[in-house]
Amino acid sequence: MARSGPPIRLLQNWPAKLAAAPMILTALVVFIGCSLWTVVHSFTNSRLLPRLDFVGLAQYERLWSTPRWQVSIENLAIYGICALVLTLAIGFLLAVLLDQKIRFEDGFRTIILFPYALSFIVTGVVWQWILNPDFGLQHIVRGMGFSGFSFDPLNDPNLVILALLAAGIWQGAGLTTVIMLAGLRGIDEDVWKASRVDGIPAWKTYLFIILPMMKPVFATCVVLISAGIIKLYDLVVALTRGGPGIASEVPAKYVYDYMFGNQNLGQGFAASTMMLAAVLAIIIPFALFRMGRKRHV
Amino acid sequence: MQKISMRRLLAGVAVTMLPATAMAADLEVTHWWTSGGEAAAVQELARIFEEQTEHSWVDGAIAGSGSTARPIMVSRIIGGDPMGATQFNHGLQAQELVEAGLMQDLTEVAEANGWRDTINPVSLLDACTFEGRVYCAPLNIHSPQWMWTSLSAFEKAGVEPATTWEELKAAAPALREAGILPLAQGMQGWQTALLLYGMISGIGGADFYNQVFAERDEEALNSDTLKNIFAEYAIARNLASGGNLSDWNMATNRIIEGTAAAQVMGDWAQGEFALAGKTAGTDYGCHIGLGGEPVIATGGDAIYFPVNSDAAVTEAQRALAQVILSEEAQVAFNAAKGSLPVRGDIDLASVNECTQAGLETLKAGNTIPTIDLVMSSDSRGQIEDLTAEFFGSDLSAEDAHARFVQIVQSEM
Repeated sequence: MARSGPPIRLLQNWPAKLAAAPMILTALVVFIGCSLWTVVHSFTNSRLLPRLDFVGLAQYERLWSTPRWQVSIENLAIYGICALVLTLAIGFLLAVLLDQKIRFEDGFRTIILFPYALSFIVTGVVWQWILNPDFGLQHIVRGMGFSGFSFDPLNDPNLVILALLAAGIWQGAGLTTVIMLAGLRGIDEDVWKASRVDGIPAWKTYLFIILPMMKPVFATCVVLISAGIIKLYDLVVALTRGGPGIASEVPAKYVYDYMFGNQNLGQGFAASTMMLAAVLAIIIPFALFRMGRKRHV
Repeated sequence: MQKISMRRLLAGVAVTMLPATAMAADLEVTHWWTSGGEAAAVQELARIFEEQTEHSWVDGAIAGSGSTARPIMVSRIIGGDPMGATQFNHGLQAQELVEAGLMQDLTEVAEANGWRDTINPVSLLDACTFEGRVYCAPLNIHSPQWMWTSLSAFEKAGVEPATTWEELKAAAPALREAGILPLAQGMQGWQTALLLYGMISGIGGADFYNQVFAERDEEALNSDTLKNIFAEYAIARNLASGGNLSDWNMATNRIIEGTAAAQVMGDWAQGEFALAGKTAGTDYGCHIGLGGEPVIATGGDAIYFPVNSDAAVTEAQRALAQVILSEEAQVAFNAAKGSLPVRGDIDLASVNECTQAGLETLKAGNTIPTIDLVMSSDSRGQIEDLTAEFFGSDLSAEDAHARFVQIVQSEM
């Protein structure tokens, strides 16, 4: 066990470092390397094939003057805020309801989690049928006697975002519920006993005592949901293809369409660089905040 | 005993398999021919290919329209996973791939089979030629400038079947009264753009079309003619409202059913009519240039062969290129698809009146370049976005015109 000289820092705990090496390499080459490559090429006028013919900020100027990109950003903002808030709220509510020691809890849990097992493509197709005016919801309600009932979000540019939200939340809320339920089950039984002794009603206990105790669980859910929001693409393709018109376009679809469909890599790279910037704008303050807090403890 | 017979069996199998594996290849062909009529046409081509050569056809149909399929094809080719052969439209879609040396040189096949003498119009072969070498095999001619009408729909509304855009506008109130959709229009960008191009050539005429798209003439772009066309385009949006259609063949189906009166769509719609057992003249009408200027664009499909490292595949690619231009394949494929053959020496006595009208227009030389030949994919994509936005919103005709001019002028 005797060592000669002080331990070399780099070799400390070397098996762990060796095991992490492939992932570190992947992160450096694939994530950082390719991102840099993309950012550099976003300043060129590359068409179908990447070329290093720099044009300055021209691609960005064009990007921000394109109505379709503006609509995409607007849609992502509306979808993002609504999806985040509603998924958290619905997830927490369902978790609390499941936590009431009800019968058939396993069954309910399975039903609630089940949509998460479906891909966004399947979800999109399912909701396309549900919202189809000739077969789905509108048809059923009219069949019940409300002949004036009209609900056709897939063909209404003002309502189509609701269709995306409904499908997205239906798919994602189950996972949030299950994670929250696990969080609720992790709360010490003594907390409940104490609140009951003090005569605090159950809803107040949930809202003012349990909720603050579940911060880490919420943080996990927020990260999972946000990742899903930024990369929103397949649901749109399956449900609306960006239509009617361009009413349900999203940034990821713009990137894909311009890179491959319209054979304008430069424009697609500029758009994807903007998406990267948006993600970094959220992650960097969050990471700094976490690091700062760790140091203080 | 059993062992020997087993060995003999295996040897027999090996002997019969040998010539096949040495020569034949599986040729994967990607395309976006997925509607009923299109699928029937591609089956004909596959059948003839397998009959005439020892190779086999592996069908790589990609569902959705060209705008869905092309990105997949391009990314496979530039990603180093080339298919055996792939469909592209005539024009600039694959030019950069050719420039980058990713496409097979077919010059020998073309010269051996005298393509330059048989292909009509010869511009189709020119579209395949780059720096004197041939890189694709033209397969068919398609023209998008057609208005298809449902005769039964007009009958139900008690009005004369429209033969022009003006007549359709006049008949619209009566059609609406009878619960018939005046214009069946799919809401995808390429379809809304197709309608706009059709109006520009049909209402404005061939010269005007060239001034706008090929010369990008300032005066033509700001002319009253173009402004007027955008006003008509806004009327088309009204005629199509309430249709809630997306795929083109769903819209064509409304014409076949007689629940919609007219659709502006390419002649590939004829494949759907044929499949539904409808006859030109008695069930449906066809009007080139929306009944206005009878000019057609000689676009269509060509098959490209990505460079491949497998010699057997290369062999199969050359064989397919030869089959595509054979008389048998040209007749069988184009009859099923409703398109015109690319060979000028084929007897087409049996074709229906719509195809006949198309052939006559072609013979008279009333042709315009397709949009793919005069605009880059980038600009075309922007026009598609603009027209899709226009149909899905209440964007005014003036604003749409201004933005259209901006897109065309920013090209090059």
